Amino acid sequence: MSLIATRNLTLRIGGQTVLRDVDIAVERGEIVTIVGPNGSGKSSLLRALIGALKPASGTITRAADLRIGYVPQKLQIDATLPLTVHGFLNLPRRQPRETIAQALLQAGVTDLAKKQMTDLSGGQFQRVLLARALLNKPHILILDEATQGLDQPGSAAFYRQIEEVRRDMGCAVLMVSHDLHVVMAASDRVLCLNGHVCCEGTPEIVADAPEYRALFGTGTQGALALYRHEHSHSHDHAHDHSHTHDHAQGHTYGAGCNHAHGDQDA
Amino acid sequence: MVPAATTPMGTKMLDDFLIRAGLAGIGVAFAAAPLGCFVVWRRMAYFGDATSHAALPGVALALAFELPIFAGVLLVALSMALIVTALNGRSLGTDTLLGVLAHGALAIGLVAVSLLPNQRVDLSAYLFGEILAVTKTDLAIIWSGAVLSIALLVWRWQALLSSTLNPDLATASGVNPRREQLILTLALAVTVAVAIKVVGALLIAAMLIIPAAAARPFARTPEVMAMAACIIGMIAALGGLAASFTLDTPTGPSIVSVAAVLFMLSSGVAPLLKR
Repeated sequence: MSLIATRNLTLRIGGQTVLRDVDIAVERGEIVTIVGPNGSGKSSLLRALIGALKPASGTITRAADLRIGYVPQKLQIDATLPLTVHGFLNLPRRQPRETIAQALLQAGVTDLAKKQMTDLSGGQFQRVLLARALLNKPHILILDEATQGLDQPGSAAFYRQIEEVRRDMGCAVLMVSHDLHVVMAASDRVLCLNGHVCCEGTPEIVADAPEYRALFGTGTQGALALYRHEHSHSHDHAHDHSHTHDHAQGHTYGAGCNHAHGDQDA
Repeated sequence: MVPAATTPMGTKMLDDFLIRAGLAGIGVAFAAAPLGCFVVWRRMAYFGDATSHAALPGVALALAFELPIFAGVLLVALSMALIVTALNGRSLGTDTLLGVLAHGALAIGLVAVSLLPNQRVDLSAYLFGEILAVTKTDLAIIWSGAVLSIALLVWRWQALLSSTLNPDLATASGVNPRREQLILTLALAVTVAVAIKVVGALLIAAMLIIPAAAARPFARTPEVMAMAACIIGMIAALGGLAASFTLDTPTGPSIVSVAAVLFMLSSGVAPLLKR
């Protein structure tokens, strides 16, 4: 059974449909990356998965007693709120000192516990957020644009940390990112989102899909090896989207665009 | 409800009403200061304004239906806070919306009180408070409200802080931010209801925000900031009372003036505290 799965998930914000008929599933231990242009519903999807946004229709199924570690897109701490890293990691539940020290270590930082949150550098701040997400030994780590505001080496280091965490803790990772080069290579699966799931598959397959290229151009393709045209073409298109599409290119599944939804809905 | 100045009383009685006034001031400071920290952290200053100004229509309601002032104010302040919470996030900019509600409530309250038949109401008592006329019953109500407000905050402290930081993060950790918002709303309405007698509708928001703002430079944790705000609020209440007594100035504004001076002192000291 999948850790977390959606079926025909439709999300509305203020009367506007931001996501339509989304079927996704995340399995134990895999790294899944969601890419898509601004306003494509990426963050909304993650917010629905953590329970912050109620589905307009469709369902979200979570494995029993699923523990989620969530790293938000940004966390603005008001300058009037004094808060140490230690205090932050004790919210909303107080944690033993060793648990906190261990989570900080896993997130790749030490000696920060007594610092004020507002005094941290961007990279340190993200790692503290990661440490917080690791406190409850999550089955799945959900990260929303976790490297926003970090420079290239900074984000690359952060993603290496994520891979390390996955290796050590065995948790699944579901993340949204703009850093296509860095992220996609590290992912087991990539989902391209634009109001619905455009295409899905291994990084190579998605980067090669016409839908993806229509959204991102071919500029990103150079960084990725794209040789698997004949990949898994045996799936049926029985659940082909019947709704109208708002991007001009129309909607045809590209060769190798792996629509494996059917067998993932456990 | 007789203004203190016209009450004939002996020295002993005098001591007594001053003690009652002092205790009332401390009670309000304790109720308002920790709550005020959340008002500051969540940038809800206007929200505090709207809710405290709603005390005036509450007074009109209480006078019209011969309810206790406390009950009328609690009812209307709570309704106002719930309305604001419900409207929050709609199309109109929130600060604009709150501005409309805050000043609208104040104006409608003033009009409503003037329309009441057979009432020669001393409006300034409700606008600026009359701490020197606090009765034993008032004192009991003020302290019950203060204890209730503080108990709510202590009970929900960690969850409140979490949802103040980031609602989504709170949700992911099993905290319901809407519920926590409701707790704050309730505590705010209770505080407004007990504070109107002491500082009046116009200055309640000041007792929320100023002690919290003055406490900020001295705190490295939220808990310390809340406690420091309590102490600063208490000093302001007692200092204002003493100033008012010796200088013969209105008490509510005197208390807030002392708080403002403490804030300026604390802001002056703040740069020295930074390494």
